[in-house]
Amino acid sequence: MSDTHTFLETLHQHRQSMGPEPTWIAARRQAGAARFEAMGFPTRRDEEWKYTDVRGIAQGNFALAESAEFSQATAATLTLPLEAYRLTFVDGVFSASLSDLEHLPEGLQVLPLSKALETNHEAVGGPLGRLTGVDFSAFAALNTAFMEEGAVIRIAAGCVVEKPIIVQFLSRANDQPTMCHPRVLVEAAGRSEATLIEHYIGEKDAQNFTNVVGEFMLDRGAILQHYKLQEAPLGDYHVASMHVEQNRDSRYTSYSLNLGGALVRNDLISDLNGQGAETNFLGLFFGQDRQHVDNHTKVNHNAPLTFSNENYKGILDDRAHGVFNGKVFVKRDSQKIEGYQSNQNLLLSDRARIDAKPELEIYADDVKCSHGTTTGQLDEEAVFALRTRGIDEATARALLTLAFAGEVLEEVKLDVVSERVELAVAGKLPERFNLTGLVEAASALNELD
Amino acid sequence: MATEEMEQLVTREYKEGFVTDIESDTLPPGLNEDTIAFISKKKGEPEWMLEWRLDAYRQWLKMKEPSWAHLNYPPIDYQAISYFSAPKRPEDMLQSMDEVDPKLLETYEKLGIPLHERAALAGVAVDAVFDSVSVTTTFKETLLEAGVIFCSISEAIHDYPELIKQYLGTVIPKNDNYFAALNSAVFTDGSFVFVPKGVKCPMELSTYFRINEANTGQFERTLIICEDQAEVSYLEGCTAPMRDENQLHAAVVELVALDDAYIKYSTVQNWYPGDENGVGGIYNFVTKRGDCRGDRSRISWTQVETGSAITWKYPSCMLRGKDSVGEFYSVAVTNGRQQADTGTKMVHIGEGSRSYIVAKGISAGRSDQSYRGLVKIGPRAKGARNFTQCDSLLIGDTCGAHTFPYQEINNSTATIEHEATTSKIGEDQLFYCQSRGISEEDAVSMIVNGFCKDVFQELPMEFAVEAEALLGVTLEGAVG
Repeated sequence: MSDTHTFLETLHQHRQSMGPEPTWIAARRQAGAARFEAMGFPTRRDEEWKYTDVRGIAQGNFALAESAEFSQATAATLTLPLEAYRLTFVDGVFSASLSDLEHLPEGLQVLPLSKALETNHEAVGGPLGRLTGVDFSAFAALNTAFMEEGAVIRIAAGCVVEKPIIVQFLSRANDQPTMCHPRVLVEAAGRSEATLIEHYIGEKDAQNFTNVVGEFMLDRGAILQHYKLQEAPLGDYHVASMHVEQNRDSRYTSYSLNLGGALVRNDLISDLNGQGAETNFLGLFFGQDRQHVDNHTKVNHNAPLTFSNENYKGILDDRAHGVFNGKVFVKRDSQKIEGYQSNQNLLLSDRARIDAKPELEIYADDVKCSHGTTTGQLDEEAVFALRTRGIDEATARALLTLAFAGEVLEEVKLDVVSERVELAVAGKLPERFNLTGLVEAASALNELD
Repeated sequence: MATEEMEQLVTREYKEGFVTDIESDTLPPGLNEDTIAFISKKKGEPEWMLEWRLDAYRQWLKMKEPSWAHLNYPPIDYQAISYFSAPKRPEDMLQSMDEVDPKLLETYEKLGIPLHERAALAGVAVDAVFDSVSVTTTFKETLLEAGVIFCSISEAIHDYPELIKQYLGTVIPKNDNYFAALNSAVFTDGSFVFVPKGVKCPMELSTYFRINEANTGQFERTLIICEDQAEVSYLEGCTAPMRDENQLHAAVVELVALDDAYIKYSTVQNWYPGDENGVGGIYNFVTKRGDCRGDRSRISWTQVETGSAITWKYPSCMLRGKDSVGEFYSVAVTNGRQQADTGTKMVHIGEGSRSYIVAKGISAGRSDQSYRGLVKIGPRAKGARNFTQCDSLLIGDTCGAHTFPYQEINNSTATIEHEATTSKIGEDQLFYCQSRGISEEDAVSMIVNGFCKDVFQELPMEFAVEAEALLGVTLEGAVG
């Protein structure tokens, strides 16, 4: 219980320094704090947290960042080299200088939550917290207690946003570790189309705690490509609770690419509420040293004629610990469902560990649901085949590992993202060698085509 | 506990005014240390056994009933259960087949159960010169010649205390789980099998042939030990629906396989599932675990689960020996309001251990079924291998089928594969059969049997034939 106390104390002090706010938000904040206090941090006795120990977070002492100072030069090296609309937060604080919200096309609104609350708080009050309530988890409750900043994105009906929208979260190497509880709220109206990139990155020695809650509402026929590129510093704690709501004929695709963080927990839930809705979850997680990466996904087929497809791949080295828990839920009378789930894991070291739990919970009969999971090491015959062609063993293994990741990465539509992840995986492989040249040559070839 | 104290406890009168009359047949409902002392005394058990039971009871008191399973049932009042009742005397039993529930007889007819067996199954008093007595005698002689011990666990406690002390509770500790602890405290009977080194048991052993005291199915305790290079195949249960007045069943089965030993354990469970509204059925909470202690040992579980209102059962293998093998083949069928949460655990500890899981679930009516499995690979289980296949078939749109497989992998040299599918019987498959003049019901039965083939072929011959018939009977009325 004392663990929650530290956080509540920080909250209390922070509130006193703040001005007045709309009553509804104060009420929700209070509800969040009360729920968090009641629940306490999850322990490994909670089924949902069976393989993830959050004591590192619970026993930490995190302050709230006060400024958004960040060196422009460093930011430039960290950010994705993409032409995009950009919203930047430094340790959770909005940075106007690092954001680029000029020339937003008609029908697109991208603004920080603080500003959205300031200008028209009623418009935010409805959707905020509608999908991820305080009961979802202690972390969601904690986030609600602290909520004040984040990204609000509204896409008008029929609006096709050409450029990607990047929401980047930078983590600084502070003397005192900080925490932030950002919200990401996306309202995609009917037949709109957009690409959103959530990007988590920061200074190498940072040791901060990011606890993000995302809510994505897709109305009829809306299409959203959602990238979550998590390259947080290796000392960072990262907890993300993402909830998607899909209306009729909407299509949502999640690319969850996890490379960083000391302790990472991702919850991704999609509610398929209208006929013809489709959801795709693609995931790649790479862990080394003592990294802990936990991925929980859930697809709720709440309406008939809905489709889901999931493919998660994990590569674990050293003493890294990976968790995959995927669930496909089919509600009673949700007929004509297709739900597929696949999880493959590669263990590169003897001390690496994976806990996988692919679940199906089905209450309708006219369904086609399947899941498959495999865990193993590289195919020795494939290694041998490469070696007979004059490739040394280290390179052969690295190539095969990359090929394993490649099965997810080739689905990634944005080359900048897939190449970045590919290089990161290549650079992190146990037998280091110059694959960069190879990848660059390959991408150069691609451009020629 | 000091011997004196024990003595006192055993001889003391039943506190609630109940006289410890050794001739008395049934204990009033309730569970406390006196109940256990009574059971132990009634069975004429040595002191160490009573102490063992009491220790289990004390640990049980500290435990909580598990609630993680995907099951829904009213709370069980453990004080409302009678924990011991002696066999019924012939005059208390039904006197003729006319008194038996006609529905039950109809089922026997469909399953093709021999006439004289029907009476025994339905609980009708049978003449003392029942066929199986002579069968059993020849049976026992053959086994004795081979050196195989096969008797009830109560006999074993008397006659082979050293073996019991050495093995009982070593696979499933007393405090393993709530139901195992309860069983350890109050178990009344069960089977004991010991196959000595190098012996291949000359015949398949079956509970059916063990002249068992009637009405002891409630808290059964089975222990099977195979020494080096020994082999045994054991059949439990029978396909005919069993009549039983006890609603709560909590059995414990322990298997021990030493070097190069092979134990094959097959179960057909068909307890009363309750009526259409789920009233009355048996609650079946079973703990089964095999310990592959020796190198190259092998344990194979095969189960056909069609009965019980609630099934909670996870036959497991601890693969401790080098190159040991664990297998699990299961068909679970639920209809009406039945609920089943079943699966297996394969814990790979030894180098090169392998496991193979095939689970087929069929849900119909308003039933709910879950496969819950664990594959755990320890850091020392180099080159461990697992393959899991679990398929669910849904018949009707009011049932549920769920899969909860857990994989905990702590070794990079392990190879783990898991596949699961959920679907219904294909319209085209049905149409294909029907266009060839096969009725819808027969077509469904054919398709379902085909779906279960992988498991049925693991069953001993006579069981397999009966199991197919049983499947048809269980799913009756599910289609259409």
